Amino acid sequence: MNNLQAIVRRELLSYFQTPVAYVFIMIFLLLSGAMSFYLGNFYEREQADLDAFFSFHPWLYLFLVPAISMRLWAEERKTGSIELLTTLPLTVTEAVLGKFLAAWAFTGIALLLTFPIWVTVNYLGDPDNGIIVAAYVGSFLMAGGFMAIGACLSAATRNQVIAFILSVVTCFLFLLSGFPIVLDFFQLWLPQPVVDAIASLSFLTHFSSINKGVIDMRDLLYFIILIAVWLYANVIVVRIRKSI
Amino acid sequence: MAASVAVEGLVKVYGDLRAVDGLSFTVETGEVLGFLGPNGAGKSTTMKMITGFLPPTSGHASVCGHSIADQPLEAKRCLGYLPEGAPAYGEMTPWQFLNFIADIRRPQNRAGCLDRVVGQLALGSVLHRPIDTLSKGYRRRVGLAQAMLHDPQVLIMDEPTDGLDPNQKQQVRQFISDMARDKTIIISTHILEEVEAICTRAIIIADGKVLVDETPEALRGRSRYSNAVTIQDDVAPEVRRDLAELDDVAVAEPEREQGLTLIPKPDRVIEEPVRRILQNHGLQDIRLFIQPGRLDDVFRTLTHHAHE
Repeated sequence: MNNLQAIVRRELLSYFQTPVAYVFIMIFLLLSGAMSFYLGNFYEREQADLDAFFSFHPWLYLFLVPAISMRLWAEERKTGSIELLTTLPLTVTEAVLGKFLAAWAFTGIALLLTFPIWVTVNYLGDPDNGIIVAAYVGSFLMAGGFMAIGACLSAATRNQVIAFILSVVTCFLFLLSGFPIVLDFFQLWLPQPVVDAIASLSFLTHFSSINKGVIDMRDLLYFIILIAVWLYANVIVVRIRKSI
Repeated sequence: MAASVAVEGLVKVYGDLRAVDGLSFTVETGEVLGFLGPNGAGKSTTMKMITGFLPPTSGHASVCGHSIADQPLEAKRCLGYLPEGAPAYGEMTPWQFLNFIADIRRPQNRAGCLDRVVGQLALGSVLHRPIDTLSKGYRRRVGLAQAMLHDPQVLIMDEPTDGLDPNQKQQVRQFISDMARDKTIIISTHILEEVEAICTRAIIIADGKVLVDETPEALRGRSRYSNAVTIQDDVAPEVRRDLAELDDVAVAEPEREQGLTLIPKPDRVIEEPVRRILQNHGLQDIRLFIQPGRLDDVFRTLTHHAHE
């Protein structure tokens, strides 16, 4: 076993040692179900697809992913275990990556447990399962994006509430960066090319194109690069601020 | 032989506070170094820099010949560290926690190492209860187990016996002493009897500077009580007056219950003249006790001066 595996294993074990894992998974399943049936009109649409299900994922993740990510580093700093972790023979990169992968895998588990709705739509009709698989991949990548943002911000504070709020706000900006609510603010004082660049960072735009079943390399790369950049920032933040 | 731990010109500045101010020392295999000092003297900060948790503002530290700044992994591999307050992952059980440490440390005889520390620290009865629910003493022992798991060449422990009851303190001191022969051990403590019991060397620091670096015996010799003579029974006032008038006696202090202590002037020995006077008064059978010197007295004097 290498260091990365050891950290992933420890983190996952900790999730399931506490009620956090069970509460998260239950709330995620309940909300994602309720939203597709009540807000998304899953039945009334009379279409054999999971649009009604996936279109609410960005909003679910906006609150649920920071709830997982807020403790990643803030708790280590609060309890002092960060001193133990960073004096073990492992690199900060391994610790950052291991924690992120465990948290991301955990949301993956929650996502996989939504399989009954996939079974239902196949029972009721004849959906395009290729599109559904693409949407699951897109949803998982988006969760990773949210998680990387939350992990980095969690390392910036020892207070989990602050970590949560910062993460929700930052994720919200990324989610809606293609929309007037965010763009109007930047349009006032930034040149148009920069505003366009900000607009292209929108989670929603990239997610909805994957959601349509079009797996475009650019959309995949967008999420992968976003995750990489935030994790790199996470490494830097841990190095600088671990002892403060 | 190369020093196991070498510290050179270590400085840590927080804002306008010089928490550690130019510390230099080396520790060899077989030594048990006790770090003493008032709270906030820089003991923990120094340990955090040696173990690579804090980067020093200037100066450097090395462990087993590996610079903690340039070869952190090699240095950390031969190091066991009990941080201040013995932090752990509270939701895990000691068994899960120690297995995680073993996953990272990867000692050669994994099962043997786990068995050894569980036995040495008597963790058997709490092995499968969350660490958060354990008493302070058990949590400290889990922290010690974690530090000793891979049988490290260098052990650095920040207040290893804090929170333990007297029996447990005794046990922990015993196995620190047992391990000491082929290891390098640095402990910080504010319990002076601990220094006498297990340390081969004591460093007193205050305001981030080394005040004294010597053996506990030499340290005790600095006490004004060193070679003081205590008479454990009450004596008549005229005897007391004769004793107090001896040339080499600085002060005669009454003891709390009965008797009195005669404190010599610096570097004088007063046992002989005291016996002579007692003999003159026909008190040759009276019980005398020669003081070895009191560490707490030395500690107070040294650290008090530093603050003035």
